[in-house]
Amino acid sequence: MQNRIDQLFAAKQHGVLNIYCTAGYPELNDTLPVMTALQQHGADLIELGMPFSDPLADGPVIQDSGTRALKNGMSVHKLFEQLAGFRDRIHVPVILMGYFNPVLLYGVEAFVKKCAEVGVDGVILPDLPMAEYVAEYKTIFEENNVNLIFLVTPETSDERIRQLDSLSKGFLYAVSSSSTTGKDKDMSHQQAYFERLQQLKLQNPVLIGFGIKDKATFDAACRYTNGAIIGTAFIKALGEGKDIDDTVRNFIGSIK
Amino acid sequence: MDIAIDTSKSRYHIDKNGYYGRFGGAYVPEMLFPNVDELQHKYMEVLRDPAFQQEFEALLRDYVGRPSPLYFAKRLSEKYQAKIFLKREDLNHTGAHKINNTIGQILLAKRLGKKRIIAETGAGQHGVATATVCALMGMECVVYMGSVDIERQAPNVSRMKMLGATVVAATSGSQTLKDATNEAIRDWINNPVDTHYILGTAAGPHPYPDMVARLQSVISEEIRKQLQEKTGSGLPDYVVACIGGGSNAAGAFFHYLDEEEVKLVAVEAGGKGVHSGHSAATTQLGKIGIIHASKTLLMQTEDGQITEPYSISAGLDYPGIGPMHAHLYETGRAMFLDATDDEALAAAYELCKLEGIIPAMESAHALAKLKDLPFNPDDVVVVCLSGRGDKDLNTYIRHMNK
Repeated sequence: MQNRIDQLFAAKQHGVLNIYCTAGYPELNDTLPVMTALQQHGADLIELGMPFSDPLADGPVIQDSGTRALKNGMSVHKLFEQLAGFRDRIHVPVILMGYFNPVLLYGVEAFVKKCAEVGVDGVILPDLPMAEYVAEYKTIFEENNVNLIFLVTPETSDERIRQLDSLSKGFLYAVSSSSTTGKDKDMSHQQAYFERLQQLKLQNPVLIGFGIKDKATFDAACRYTNGAIIGTAFIKALGEGKDIDDTVRNFIGSIK
Repeated sequence: MDIAIDTSKSRYHIDKNGYYGRFGGAYVPEMLFPNVDELQHKYMEVLRDPAFQQEFEALLRDYVGRPSPLYFAKRLSEKYQAKIFLKREDLNHTGAHKINNTIGQILLAKRLGKKRIIAETGAGQHGVATATVCALMGMECVVYMGSVDIERQAPNVSRMKMLGATVVAATSGSQTLKDATNEAIRDWINNPVDTHYILGTAAGPHPYPDMVARLQSVISEEIRKQLQEKTGSGLPDYVVACIGGGSNAAGAFFHYLDEEEVKLVAVEAGGKGVHSGHSAATTQLGKIGIIHASKTLLMQTEDGQITEPYSISAGLDYPGIGPMHAHLYETGRAMFLDATDDEALAAAYELCKLEGIIPAMESAHALAKLKDLPFNPDDVVVVCLSGRGDKDLNTYIRHMNK
């Protein structure tokens, strides 16, 4: 079967909305209700964060959601338990995002196989070095039809962007500015970088993440690429909202 | 100068990919890749540059006060029936070995055209050393420190502020060294172009473990020379050092790594006892994992979450050890012991009484194991006295009055 991420981009080239949420947040068993609501109200893709004690690239909002999820009892094992059978209800592509250490401890091969078994389509491991991926893990991901998605930033050289693009599967995650998540940076300064990405004529679709928080920033990102990823703003809304379904409907309604 | 020595033939030094055996590497998110890549490509070129070496040596000599003495501790020797020498890093300017590394890195930062310096600190010694060299060079300085450590190391916080540094409290996690390091790395991600991160220990992504070890290797370089003069041989029987991340141990071991007859002893913080749930004894409690972008031995849960270590000494309160040390542990090249809080306190009081030296709480851990090592009377033992105990006076007084 074709990977669901590839299916999505084959059918939809523009305005793809990827929403990030932390597994086990706000409450341990909210993972699936949040995902269900995201699908229901129009998210094209779901990026599910696996909480980590020491998330280097995250800002305070996402870090706090991870800390809370860990306190709730979330773990990689627990997450796979929650995801067992989720494909009966949810058909949008789902990506797991997390730091490498918990995956390493779980066992990379076991982790990838488990992803394939429950129906996870892609994985983002921001601190897994490209060379180690190629030498040790690429085959495992490919054999299991699980896409590994790489990140690029405005500081990444053209040559390295091409390398990362050639290894990335599904899409390429373009970090809008060199920053941790949730930093308010002026998107207009990113224009040169987005244009550079366009000119590189990459083989993968590109989604922009970091700093996308509302309709204006989402639309701006979509002018240059296939879509964008919203994390911090959604976690904030989720943390402040009372009813998950209402919160998600209102949030996505304000973007699309 | 020996900091640029060719180590490519050694099995205990870093390989061309930045690994010590299976430990090391650079597990950095893409946001940090350019910074780390720049350092990887430039640090040896800078360290090899004679102009750099000259400036580094001159500052170590005239500003830090090197060479630090190698002191024969007569009464301590009598007590433990061996020839015990103390490498007096406590006599350096700012009171610890940390200044060796910060002098080197600030010179490197200048050569890389950086304008702003960030650092993490546990006990405050590295923070003070960084604030000091930033004042010396007129650079902006931001030091991240866990809120718990800000409280227990108050004198060092005041020193940093007086030296013009901004001290930022790390309020996440255990609010100690690990979290201060996370915050420093986040700052670096947000300021990728103009900022250099002066990491204080032999941990973090490649090239930090090797770079810090080389800048600290002045310790073992001097020990060899001084011991040669004092005993007729540059090779001791034992070199003993405390280890949190492991920068003073890396420096004290560096020029002895390939001298297999020299026994290397690293002393970790046992806290309230290795299995008490309040410990920082990484080799006993850790498994292979990734902390601060380095693959090493790491204290973590079954789920790969990094656990919160404990030690009475803020400088050893770290859930990992540097990758060089993980490799030395795995290959058996170094012996790893642990000292409890109480053993370290007793050793600190003992050094005061026998030698009139108040050691840093960190260094006291190394001294605490003299009683457990099987010395022969002729054995020459060097203990790295990594820092002085002024900053720990509150802790010492509290326990003295108990």
